[in-house]
Amino acid sequence: MSDDQRPRPQPTPETQYFWDGTKAGELRLQKCGDCEKVYFPPRPFCPACSSRNVATMAASGKASLYSYVIHHRKVPGFTPPYAIAVVELAEGPRMMTNIVDCPQTPQALVLDMALEVTYHKMDDEISLPLFRPAKG
Amino acid sequence: MRQKTVAVVGASETTGLGTIATMSQIQLHADAALNAMADCGLTAKDIDGVACATETPVQIAHYLGIKPSWVDGTAVGGCSFMIHVRHAAAAIEAGLCKTVLITHGESGKSRIAQIPRTIPAGSLNGQFEQPFGPMGPPSLFPIPVLRFMKKYGVTHEQMAMVSVVQREWAGKNPRATFKDPITTDDVLNSRMIAYPFRILQCCLVSDGGGALILTSSDRAKDFPTKPVYILGTGESVESPMVSQMADFTSSQAFSIAGPTAFREAGIAHKDVDHLMIYDAFAHLPLYGLEDLGFVGRGEAASFIAGRNTAPGSKLPLNTNGGGLSYAHSGMYGMFALQESVRQMRGIAPAQIPGAKISVCHGVGGMFSASGTIIFSNEPN
Ligand SMILES: [Zn+2]
Repeated sequence: MSDDQRPRPQPTPETQYFWDGTKAGELRLQKCGDCEKVYFPPRPFCPACSSRNVATMAASGKASLYSYVIHHRKVPGFTPPYAIAVVELAEGPRMMTNIVDCPQTPQALVLDMALEVTYHKMDDEISLPLFRPAKG
Repeated sequence: MRQKTVAVVGASETTGLGTIATMSQIQLHADAALNAMADCGLTAKDIDGVACATETPVQIAHYLGIKPSWVDGTAVGGCSFMIHVRHAAAAIEAGLCKTVLITHGESGKSRIAQIPRTIPAGSLNGQFEQPFGPMGPPSLFPIPVLRFMKKYGVTHEQMAMVSVVQREWAGKNPRATFKDPITTDDVLNSRMIAYPFRILQCCLVSDGGGALILTSSDRAKDFPTKPVYILGTGESVESPMVSQMADFTSSQAFSIAGPTAFREAGIAHKDVDHLMIYDAFAHLPLYGLEDLGFVGRGEAASFIAGRNTAPGSKLPLNTNGGGLSYAHSGMYGMFALQESVRQMRGIAPAQIPGAKISVCHGVGGMFSASGTIIFSNEPN
C-alpha cells in the first residue's frame, strides 16, 4: 500500500495498456488504422470513425501547456497552491496532469511553454504521467 | 417541434431560498411543486407527467402522490431542467401526457438528505482527471479560462465586470443572496479559489428549488396565470471531462443547443428582449454570448465590460443576479427558467418593460451538457 493520498485510478480492461505503459516509463496513446486519428482517453475503437482497427503507440512525451488553474484549497495528497493543468501532447491529444519542477505561479506557468513527461509512482501498479518544463 | 403549442402555466420557486434548515432535499422538491400547483390551481391528481434530476421521478411521483403516464429522469447536471422542458413539450405535443410537472430541489448548503456525488475510480474521470487534484466544479470548470483569455486578449478587469454587472441586477431583487454593489477591485481582491478565479467569480452555494407546470397552449387559456409559450428548444452533450472538451474557447454543446433553439423559434438575435445564461462561474456568460451568436468571437468580454448587458441596456442578462449573486443550489438551471417565466409574465423584481421574448440557456457538468429554451408571452 502507498501512503500517497491522491485518488488512485482503477485500471479497466480497456485502459490497462495505458497504465502498463506509464509503469514501464512509456506514455501510450492509440491510433486508428483506418483514419489515422491519434486519440485519448483509451478505448478499443476509434472515436472519429468507429473502427475497431486500432493499435497502441508510444508517444514522444513532448507537450505544451494548454491551460490550467492554480488551486488554492486543501485536497488530500496536494499542498496548495498547486496547478491542475491540461497539456497538449505533440501527437495532438490533450490530457489533465500536474506540472512539476516549476513554481506554481502564473509567472512561471506560461501558456504554450514546452513540457516533457515524467512519472510519479503511486505504488507498484500505478505511475501517473506528470509534466515538467522541457530541458533544452 | 411546432412553435407555441405548449405553455408554462404554473411556476414557483421554493418558499425559502438560501439556507433552508427545515427541509430535506425531497421536501424542497415538494415545496416548490406545491407552490407551482397552487399558482395554477392544480393538485397532484391533475398531473400526468413528471420530470426531475436530483431525485428520480419514482421518488417524486410517489412523494407527491402522482400517477404519471410519462416520466423523464434526464440528469445531465444543471441544464437538466431546460432539457426536461424540451422533452415535456414534445411529449405533450405528441399526446403522451397532458400536464407535466418539472421539479427541482437541492439541499446544496444544509446538505439534508442530499444525494452524494461520487466518481468511480475506474471511470474515465476517475482515472484521467481525479488523480491530478481537482475537488469539485470550482477546480475544474475554470480550467479553460486562461486559454480563452489568451486567445482573445481578455483582461482580468474585463472578466471581473461579469460579477460587478450581475451584482447590479441582484441589487434590484429582494430575494437575491448578495445585493450590495461591488467593484472590479472588490472582485480582484477577493479570496483566490482557483487562479484565475476568485470567490466573487464563483457561484453561491444555496438550498432551494423550483417547479414548472406545462400543458398544451389550447388548455393554457383556462388557467389563472398568464401563459408563457415555448417558442424554441435545443439540447446537446459533449464530454464528461472538461480536459477533453474539443475547443477550450467554445462549447460544442452550447453551439448545438443554442442555434437549434433559435432555428426552431424562427427568431433573430435582435428579437430577444431578455437573456439568461447559466453562470456557475464568471466565464460562462462569455461563452454563452459567443456560442449563441449574440456577439462575434472574442467580443463577449468587452461587450459585458462595456455595460451592454447591464441594467438599462438592450440585452438584459441574468436579471435575477444569476448564480453568482442570486442563488445556486448546485444545479442552477431551474432558477434561470423561473426568472425567464417571471419576465414573460411581467412580474420580475427587475422587470424589463414590454419584454416579449426570453432566451434561457443552461450548462450541465463542466461544459458537459447544454439546454436552451426560448419563451414568448404572445399567443399564436
Ligand atoms: Zn478512425
